[in-house]
Amino acid sequence: MIKKTDVSITTWILIAFGTVNIAFLATGKLGFNGKGLGIITAVAITLAMYSFLYKDNPVFKIAENIFVGVAMGYSIIIVWFNILKPDVFEALIVPMFKDTGNAPQYLVIVPTLLGLFMFLRFSSKLSWLSRWSFAFIVGMGSGIAIPNFINAILLRQLEPMLAPLYTGSFWGTIDTLLVLIGVVSVLFYFFFSMEHKGVIGGVSVIGIWFLMIAFGASFGYTVMARMSLLIGRIQFLLKDWLGIIQ
Amino acid sequence: MHKTLSTFILSILILSYTPTAFAVEGNRLFVPKDFQAFDTPNDSGKSITLRWPSSPSESDDVEYVVYMSTTIKGPFETEALRIRSNTRYEEGSNYSYHLIDIEPDKLFNKKSSDKDVKTTYFFKLVMMSNLTTRTVKKIASATPEGNWFNWSRSNNFIIMIIFSVLILCCINHAKRVPGLFIRKIKGLDAIDDALGRATEMGKPALFVHGLNDMDSISTIAAINILGRIALRVAEYDTPLKVSNIYPIVLTVSQEVVKEAYLEAGRPDAYVEDNVFLAASEQFPYVVALSGIMTREKPAANFFVGYFYAESLILSETGAATGAIQIAATDAFTQLPFFITTCDYTLMGEELYAASAYLSREPLLLGSLRAQDIAKEIIISVIVFGALLATCGIDWISFIFKPG
Repeated sequence: MIKKTDVSITTWILIAFGTVNIAFLATGKLGFNGKGLGIITAVAITLAMYSFLYKDNPVFKIAENIFVGVAMGYSIIIVWFNILKPDVFEALIVPMFKDTGNAPQYLVIVPTLLGLFMFLRFSSKLSWLSRWSFAFIVGMGSGIAIPNFINAILLRQLEPMLAPLYTGSFWGTIDTLLVLIGVVSVLFYFFFSMEHKGVIGGVSVIGIWFLMIAFGASFGYTVMARMSLLIGRIQFLLKDWLGIIQ
Repeated sequence: MHKTLSTFILSILILSYTPTAFAVEGNRLFVPKDFQAFDTPNDSGKSITLRWPSSPSESDDVEYVVYMSTTIKGPFETEALRIRSNTRYEEGSNYSYHLIDIEPDKLFNKKSSDKDVKTTYFFKLVMMSNLTTRTVKKIASATPEGNWFNWSRSNNFIIMIIFSVLILCCINHAKRVPGLFIRKIKGLDAIDDALGRATEMGKPALFVHGLNDMDSISTIAAINILGRIALRVAEYDTPLKVSNIYPIVLTVSQEVVKEAYLEAGRPDAYVEDNVFLAASEQFPYVVALSGIMTREKPAANFFVGYFYAESLILSETGAATGAIQIAATDAFTQLPFFITTCDYTLMGEELYAASAYLSREPLLLGSLRAQDIAKEIIISVIVFGALLATCGIDWISFIFKPG
């Protein structure tokens, strides 16, 4: 239920935003061209998104729908130009009807058919065929992911662990020992078929401490990165739009 | 005093110029005595490896440039490589050899019709400094060829076989001895409470998939958890909304939820539109879900799968609506955000263990037991490997070397 005050606040903000931009266009601060109108659009959507910090409102809803719609349109274009056009249309269909100097790649028919099977979900009689495509994707995905997992996650992490504990310096050795204790204790925490009592419980508590310290560091690091994103947006508003800072 | 100081400064100046002076002695460069090109072993057939011994003239000011051609007589105009001469050494050669892989097809922009034709490439190694240029006399050549097996990953294959056998044995054991022990996982016990709360409040539960497609292990695990949640939801007669970002995950989710409703004996209660594609990109997905959370105010939110930068925005919005929130992810960079904003968080492998924990099926329980045994083996390898490496014995690190 939209309150009357919210409607009036929204209206006044829109009027203020419109007035500011008309003034900028009239005085030549923003050019009446693609760049100027682009900045105004970007500012409008940025402010509409930030309006969610106050509460859900019609302006946010408009921006939300534009954002989702534009992203969907963008995805379709990407799929057409990066996948369908080069790999199906130009590789299979065009050479079948036109002499391009390249033979049609008939192998493409198999994945194309599997892709088309997905649309058969709309047919109650043939929807079972779509499961072939999904079975292929899930099977292939697992097949590719599992060996990569062994190499990239297991062996790559084991490699530095199998280094000498004594590195030549006191603090270097302490570092190596800490990493070793950290890895082993965290692995203990992830034992599921044993009760976390006694020695296993004690070691897994150490593991939790290591995890929490790592998460704290990661949290701080990421918050800093997010702050830089916010600063970037504020700089855009103050510099590119309002021209307050140079 | 002044004399000592000036001698000191002079000696520093002389020393700083010494490498260049030695490297390009009298405008001369000592070029490598040999230059080899060969098909890169264990690759898909796109790469050629270049190898040559180090030269005493190597320094920051001297470059190696490799030109290539498809005929031995040239012209050698295409630059295949340009590096500073004191970089890119062969691992383990103690700086005595350079070893570099290049992909000649990319450099020559082969036509798509010629991609299957094997081409022999010829390479010329040139050593360059600001003062002079010298070419290695030998022209090296090689033809890139694909290999069926990547032998450097043999250990991966053996590890996979050992773990697979271990899993099969444990599954077999779990079938014979029912009721294998699993420690308590609070986040999973809380699923029933969260769904019960949603039922009591008459509000929907929202299941949010992560941002990885169906080829990700975390998405597969999320689908397993979704199946169990959907089964409970069907029994409680509570609406369940499932948001997706990939069409394939959407379709698999629809199938899983539908089957869960069938299993619960309530196929009529299944609403296909409740399993939906919220958006197709990361931040539009966040915006769409934030809107849904704010307007429909689900009583329980489940964030399951692999998440990126959107994790905090999603869970913070959910927390602001007062929903009970359970997150499960193996994205360790996002775990801190879920821990701070959700009521319960399943970390890393707890996500994979969830389906076994919820279903208590021997197949999954056996796999879980096998994973624990695998972890015991890994801990032993780490501890003994580190101790042996400290004693100078490093064969164990060779066995577990990544390919």
